[in-house]
Amino acid sequence: MIRVMTGKVWKFGNDVDTDQIIPSQYLLLPNVEEMKQYTFETLDKDFASTVCSGDIIVGGENFGSGSSREQAPLVLKALGVSAVVAKSFARIFFRNAINIGLPVVICKEVYDTVKQKDTLEIDVQKGTIKNLTVDKNFTSTKLPAHVMNILEAGGLIGFLNQK
Amino acid sequence: MGMTIGEKILARASGKALVKPGEIITAKVDLCMSNDGTTHLNIDIFENQLKAEKVFDPRKVVFIVDHNVPSESAKTAEVHKKMRIFAQKHNIPFYEGTGVCHQIMIEDFIVPGQLIIAADSHTCSYGGLGAFGTGVGCTDFTSVMNTGEIWLMVPETLKFEIEGSFKSGVYARDLILKIIGDIGANGANYKIMEFGGSAMKNFTIDDRVVLCNMAVEAGAKSGLVEPDEIAIEYVTSRGRQDMHIFKSDDDAVYEKTYQYNLDELEPMVARPHCVDDVVGVTQLGEVKIDQGFIGSCNNGRIEELRAAAQILKGKKINPYVKLLISPASKTVYLQALAEGLIDIFVECGGMVLNPNCSVCWGSCQGVIGEGETLISTGTRNFKGRAGHPNSSVYLASAATVAASALTGKITDPRGRI
Repeated sequence: MIRVMTGKVWKFGNDVDTDQIIPSQYLLLPNVEEMKQYTFETLDKDFASTVCSGDIIVGGENFGSGSSREQAPLVLKALGVSAVVAKSFARIFFRNAINIGLPVVICKEVYDTVKQKDTLEIDVQKGTIKNLTVDKNFTSTKLPAHVMNILEAGGLIGFLNQK
Repeated sequence: MGMTIGEKILARASGKALVKPGEIITAKVDLCMSNDGTTHLNIDIFENQLKAEKVFDPRKVVFIVDHNVPSESAKTAEVHKKMRIFAQKHNIPFYEGTGVCHQIMIEDFIVPGQLIIAADSHTCSYGGLGAFGTGVGCTDFTSVMNTGEIWLMVPETLKFEIEGSFKSGVYARDLILKIIGDIGANGANYKIMEFGGSAMKNFTIDDRVVLCNMAVEAGAKSGLVEPDEIAIEYVTSRGRQDMHIFKSDDDAVYEKTYQYNLDELEPMVARPHCVDDVVGVTQLGEVKIDQGFIGSCNNGRIEELRAAAQILKGKKINPYVKLLISPASKTVYLQALAEGLIDIFVECGGMVLNPNCSVCWGSCQGVIGEGETLISTGTRNFKGRAGHPNSSVYLASAATVAASALTGKITDPRGRI
């Protein structure tokens, strides 16, 4: 069962592409631990050194557009990001995040009012998001059952190994 | 209710008579491919997390080293070594330095009607031959490499009806930039972009691949062109006979249909830092450039090299500008040599690079510095894509890049051909 996640917000804009999440020149480093220090290098070079375990990324439309690099959700997860909330996600990023067990939540409304460092509480099961800083409630799109099962298993590998 | 080509391919792959958008299917994969952008992670997942021992079918898995080749560091060399050892151990086809992965797949493997899953976003290129290609990440890929299956949601289809004919100096590249500019970088998110209309019979395979390849830049799951005698001739002339020719039914349901007339199209340019910030070259204003690049899975094939060479023949590029050319594959390179195009590129002051992802990938070759501007036939112009975080990438056709390399600023190629 996925727990309810509570974390501090890092807010980004529309069309945050995977090159901005983790630039190409770091993708062939041997592992994610070596890559993660470069996360969001072009958008916010202090992100990787100051993000805290449990923090939540909030994006606008088309979050994770561009390449299929799974390193993008992997570095976020490795830095302790607990979930990504966006108005919409690019297809491959969305799938990759589910496959590695990083909750991705679609919500059109929360973005416009949320501010940097606000605290959000996300319940993926119920499809609810609370902005605890300003005490506002939102609903998010529920994931299809098959997709939820993969997320529940901690990702696709966990799901396949369960079978 | 009829089906679109994409729906028919997914129906066949999932063993069903009919599929509908929104339905989740389990599909059997005809081919899967991975390159050096992620394969080292895939192998880790395969061996250490899945604890798998065999790939599902060694004839249906392809590894291609094309992103950082030749290796620029000892760490990259380790990644390539890991791929090579795995490929040898599992007896799977392995290519290193012979071209951009999608061009190799098109030349050597793809036939109409296939479902192809690959660990690269531009896998949608295969729609140029009427095959359904879609990009995935490491975990999906590794699962496919092990089981030969994947779950997919059947997407809605958008139809693009293309009429008319290209004016001189205007290419398929300009059309796809125009379309992405119109519908936006998420205008086809999760959907299929199907390209058709009366003009399509005049589109070569190179042209069709140009359209389908960039479908992902509008967010699409795949791009598709109905296979016809041109597509069949392309694959049969390369010794491949077994294929499934699917055409969209007359009563197929499209989410939306768009109309384009090539007679009205001009050379287009995507401005930094988003692929959908597109204007006609005549509306751009003066933009000085530091480097031009012709290559990539979108625009490094023989027809694009010919278009560039036509403009560069007998000329010299601006002395303060670099022009880098990377043919998309060994086959394209040899053809360009035979036609004398490489001579033209070298004589005009260009640098001809080995076939690889090169500047489009911005990691190992032709990387640009702070404040520099690149005009490229690559697939993306994201911030920092070609090097320094504070550098700029404009996207245009090979002809526009060639014309711009001569003048040192972004230049309309019409009138220079």
